[in-house]
Amino acid sequence: MQPPFPAPDAITVKNLRKTYTVREGGSWRGKTREIVALDGISFSVPKGQIAGFIGPNGAGKSTAIKILSGILRPTSGEVQVNGLVPWTNRVAHVARIGVVFGQRTQLWWDLSVGEGLALLRDIYSVEPERFARNRARLADALDLGGIMDQSVRQLSLGQRMRAEIAASLIHDPDILILDEPTIGLDAPSKLAVRAFVHELCQDRGTTVLLTTHDMHDIEALAERVIVIGHGRILADSPFEDLRMTTLSERILELDFHGTPPELALPAGAVETARAPHSLTITFDPRQIPAPALVAHVGHLSGLDDLRISRPSIDEIITRFYADHAA
Amino acid sequence: MTQPPARTLSALGLYRRMAGASIVAQLRYPGTFAIQAIGNFVTTLLGFFGIWSLFRRFGSIAGWDIGTVAVLYGLVNVAFAVAETLGRGFEVFGGEYVRTGSFDRLLLRPRSTLLLLLGHELRLRPIGRFLQGAFVLIAGLWLAPHVQWSAVLVLPLAIAGGAAMFLGVLIGQAALCFITVEGLEVVNVLTYGGVEAGQYPLTMFGRWLRRFITFVLPLAAVCYYPALFSLNHPDPLGVPTWIGALSPLAGFAFLGVMVLIWHRAVAGYVSSGS
Repeated sequence: MQPPFPAPDAITVKNLRKTYTVREGGSWRGKTREIVALDGISFSVPKGQIAGFIGPNGAGKSTAIKILSGILRPTSGEVQVNGLVPWTNRVAHVARIGVVFGQRTQLWWDLSVGEGLALLRDIYSVEPERFARNRARLADALDLGGIMDQSVRQLSLGQRMRAEIAASLIHDPDILILDEPTIGLDAPSKLAVRAFVHELCQDRGTTVLLTTHDMHDIEALAERVIVIGHGRILADSPFEDLRMTTLSERILELDFHGTPPELALPAGAVETARAPHSLTITFDPRQIPAPALVAHVGHLSGLDDLRISRPSIDEIITRFYADHAA
Repeated sequence: MTQPPARTLSALGLYRRMAGASIVAQLRYPGTFAIQAIGNFVTTLLGFFGIWSLFRRFGSIAGWDIGTVAVLYGLVNVAFAVAETLGRGFEVFGGEYVRTGSFDRLLLRPRSTLLLLLGHELRLRPIGRFLQGAFVLIAGLWLAPHVQWSAVLVLPLAIAGGAAMFLGVLIGQAALCFITVEGLEVVNVLTYGGVEAGQYPLTMFGRWLRRFITFVLPLAAVCYYPALFSLNHPDPLGVPTWIGALSPLAGFAFLGVMVLIWHRAVAGYVSSGS
């Protein structure tokens, strides 16, 4: 089923709404109540972009992911993924996307990684030569050489996640949906997954939709974040913009070898903590640029060291959720 | 260089591949498998000894000889063993797919959900029940006085119809899991209960139960009537014997209805998300 014109974006969502009907009290005769999971969201993701899709638990993220994956039918609204409406032809749609659910395996516990990939080749009808090429490329990029013959049951979480990502890409999908791809992984595995996704997007132009609670995934990968809360889109911008509008402040830490002196600070800077040998100053770079503040404190006697830092992405997102009561 | 044309592996081809993979997985621990298969053989055989000792004591019961009852017993057990072998994915659907959310994973594969669940496992363990049922069936044919030559054609049809019916029950049970995963043991009344009931001639049951296993669950159609036809045994309730040559088709019709119900249930799941 071809749309009348090729959609320029990989993913287009318009006024997407999903309500669930729940029975109150759990009895058969109880009153029903409507819960709004998605309250008319719209966004689009151009081809080849990595978009972060974040929000607190219960915000509607997984509902949106399920609709985009074609396994849930919305109440109303329009969606096109690769030019197809996901829920009207599930089989054609899912043949062209790859999905990694961090918490659920798509491989077979009792089979080896290699056997599982071969079974996926047949499920997705990948031609033998293309399969051999993809398998070699993915084994190389995700370092699967040593685990191809191991059964999935025996893999560590990090190894399994790398195998899962390979499994989701064996059929060359145009769109990859990653749901918590780094959950529970150790630091080297997280870095390996991030590096791989970044390359995938650069080299192959794969469009990636990434949901995660690990804000470092977002910082490392996403060119843009879509923040969802209470079923609505609260923000949709590059992460730097979110930082500037939410928590633009920076922190200047000063270490002294004696007791820190009393300071007269310029407008936009306040002393926020004092310790026997250190002082913490929080400042807004739009009022007082960092070089000016450093020049102001640089001549202080007894000053040993100074550091400027930004609030962590976790702090920013926590503040953002709090500001929006999400 | 020309790109080879995209070739879709047929449903049957894919099923063979999935079944092959599941056999590889099951035989990874051959000792466990052997013990389970032998256990399956012995427990089902013990069940038949109960019936056998009754007939040994009384000769025949209510006009039914041991040969006829052995044919009934063999038919229903062989049919159920085939359904258990094919339908494992439906049997474990509630616990392994719905409760864990893995059904979503299944929906992400570009294939029919029925095919994927059939491919969940080609279960080898029921081979014990199958062999034991086949053994009793052949013994029954040897003991029964008036075996028809056409039994050669009708009994395989009856086994296929019976397997289709039991597979239908398993698919129906899986469809029910979308509504509740609690208390589905009730469905065992139809599977294990069906196997029990199928072992006895229809006349042994009360009117209500007779109607149920004739018109709701077509157990009599895949077991009792084809057995009467094959053994040229008149029906005490007066149904013409030739019915048994065609009645196994009811098992396929039952499966067809359950497949329709399954598709409705999946469509309901996709629109409600629960």
